[in-house]
Amino acid sequence: MNKILEKKELCEKVHQFRIDAPRLVAKAKAGQFVILRKDEKGERIPMSIGGLDRKNGILTVVIQEVGKTSAAMNTMKAGDYFLDVVGPLGLPSHVEKFGNCICIGGGVGIPPIYPIAQALRDAGNHVTTIIGARTRGLLIFEKELGEASNRILISTDDGSYGTHGFVTTILKKLIDDGEKIDMVICVGPVPMMKAVVNTTREPKIKTFVSLNPIMVDGTGMCGACRVTVGGKTRFACVDGPDFDGHEVDFDEMTKRMKMYVAEEKISYDRFKADHNCRLEKQIEQLNK
Amino acid sequence: MTDESKNQNQLSRKERMAIPRQKMPEQDPNERKKNFREVPHGLTPEMAIMEARRCIACPKPKCKEGCPVEVDIPAFIALVEQGKFSEAARKIKENNALPAICGRVCPQEEQCEKVCVLTKKYGSVGIGNLERFVADYEREHNEIEIPKLPPKTGKRIAIVGSGPAGLTVAADLALLGHDVEIFEALHKTGGVLIYGIPEFRLPKNIVAKEVDYLKQLGVKVHTSYVIGKLDTVDELIEKEGFDAVFVGTGAGLPNFMKIEGENLNGIYSANEFLTRSNLMAAYDFPDCDTPIKVGKNVAVLGGGNTAMDSVRTALRLGAENAYIIYRRSRTELPARIEEIHHAEQEGVQFNFLTAPIKYIGDENGWVKAMECIRMELGEPDSSGRRRPVVIEGSNFVLPIDTVVVAIGNSSNPLIPQTTPGLKTNKWGNIEVDPKTMLTSRPGVFAGGDIVTGGATVILAAGAGKVAARAIHRYVMGMPLIDPETEKAEKAETAEA
Repeated sequence: MNKILEKKELCEKVHQFRIDAPRLVAKAKAGQFVILRKDEKGERIPMSIGGLDRKNGILTVVIQEVGKTSAAMNTMKAGDYFLDVVGPLGLPSHVEKFGNCICIGGGVGIPPIYPIAQALRDAGNHVTTIIGARTRGLLIFEKELGEASNRILISTDDGSYGTHGFVTTILKKLIDDGEKIDMVICVGPVPMMKAVVNTTREPKIKTFVSLNPIMVDGTGMCGACRVTVGGKTRFACVDGPDFDGHEVDFDEMTKRMKMYVAEEKISYDRFKADHNCRLEKQIEQLNK
Repeated sequence: MTDESKNQNQLSRKERMAIPRQKMPEQDPNERKKNFREVPHGLTPEMAIMEARRCIACPKPKCKEGCPVEVDIPAFIALVEQGKFSEAARKIKENNALPAICGRVCPQEEQCEKVCVLTKKYGSVGIGNLERFVADYEREHNEIEIPKLPPKTGKRIAIVGSGPAGLTVAADLALLGHDVEIFEALHKTGGVLIYGIPEFRLPKNIVAKEVDYLKQLGVKVHTSYVIGKLDTVDELIEKEGFDAVFVGTGAGLPNFMKIEGENLNGIYSANEFLTRSNLMAAYDFPDCDTPIKVGKNVAVLGGGNTAMDSVRTALRLGAENAYIIYRRSRTELPARIEEIHHAEQEGVQFNFLTAPIKYIGDENGWVKAMECIRMELGEPDSSGRRRPVVIEGSNFVLPIDTVVVAIGNSSNPLIPQTTPGLKTNKWGNIEVDPKTMLTSRPGVFAGGDIVTGGATVILAAGAGKVAARAIHRYVMGMPLIDPETEKAEKAETAEA
């Protein structure tokens, strides 16, 4: 049982949780992940670490509502408890002195970039962070990442803020402008990671991607998270989550992540119906 | 009830041997394949007494030697015959903390029952059924007694993993007065007993009750606590102040066949399939949140108990055709006879001498068929079993929606990777001295599947027994093996 100390909405359907987890926070390193379970009937879902407050033993995770479990978690409040917070799991991101590093985050892949950028900068690297969102209102962690990086560059699909375009629009410009880039690390939706990897492939820039496939136990026991990397099957939970992006079979991964689309819909629809029902009752009572 | 008043001495051997083995009542196969309730109902008290009467109390009982944890089988059976069921359960618990579990999942036919003198002519005494009966009786009648514990020794032992090995070590050491703490990575206690063995073979409330018993003995359990990630084995000793550590983390990583198309959707490892169904209660979806996919045609690869558990689970989850695909023949099936029998009764279709060579997927990445090849048996291999040899040109395609790969596990690397100096063999299993279960690291012991590779519940419990004895001696500052025992053993070897 881990207590939620703080919770706030970062943008529509995206909530930040600060969770009391002193032992986990003392051990966790940038790039690792945790598994959360809300309640007795809940799924075990992997979540990236979006911040480590070592002084106070507080773990930050950012949850975007995409289905029943995330929606239910986002109804939790400060003072509530997650039934299980397991971790730190997976291997930490590769941190050493590379030189000029580019950290790229998209969507809820932005928060995990924050501890990674911090660690890379602490290791003596020059860190540029590129973050992107569909529109300005959905952009999160700009302040934190601005502080953690030497330079922050922003893109929005609709041009409402920063560069009009994608994170790869910015990345490509840096490469075309002749900036010497020693390493790129990217966390985000699969299409974004795939686009980043395709951008760095030809200039042969070392590119790490952090994968978040479907998992159950997160300790290597089940193999749900298998991904093909360099033609070999690897388990993202124990061999990753970071892999050499140029070796990852993203098409396979995209298909594997759709394995339970039908079930997710059943669950989510049921949840929304229940939830609306409850809200209506509350409104009815208030009206009385 | 005049028969029942006759005590052990009044029945002649002949009379005893004339009693037929009592058949345990079971759920009807057509009914049970639609539910997850336990298959056998258990013996009635009358049946148990009748079965106990079959024991002829041999002067040199072989059954006891046949038991990996040396339960005093004749003594507990004598108590059953007298109707002292709970006393019988306590007699077993002197050696085995988990009788309700072992009574259900031990391969008795390979152990105690195999060496019973009645086995050949009359069928062995139903030792496993009796063990299960007395453990259930004691629990259901709330007669579980907590034995009087000796004074605290002040020694602290950490146990990594709460499967059968870890639970056994925990019980034995708690009974000796040590402070025992279990660290379990998953959110429930019991390891393979919880995530692996299905409800219809081992009800989860029984595992929970046996774990409760350990807690009553003073054992502390930490769940969702991944050793190797949160604390390392070294930190347990150096920072947390444990005097010894036992590693019983089980067979961790599922093996795949490394054939084309294995990462298509719809292909599970047995670990994942069973974990979803058992630990996460996916059979209850959408009331429980974890889903599982079971199509019309399900193929399970392998012939062990895990394969039988998977294929029977698939039937219960709605498979119309549930196949076992096994590359050798029926005689080589490693599963328990009872499990094979149950699977057949429920309508599982066995494809012997068949091996998959690749999977065929649809455009969305779902498996839709499996190309197989027929095998024949050749010369015996190193395991003594006849080696399956491919029959060239015998390829055929089997339409399939779901596959469960149940061909065994490799050891989980979390502990070996994070424990410097811990020696492992080429399969990644931890090396131990079989007499003490001591690893290459002082104060660190290991047992169960992490040492042997995939084996059985009772072998893990047996290893736990050996380890517990040695750990006790280690923390109390005694030589790990009792010098007297060692002397006696040496003398025996010299004689031989």
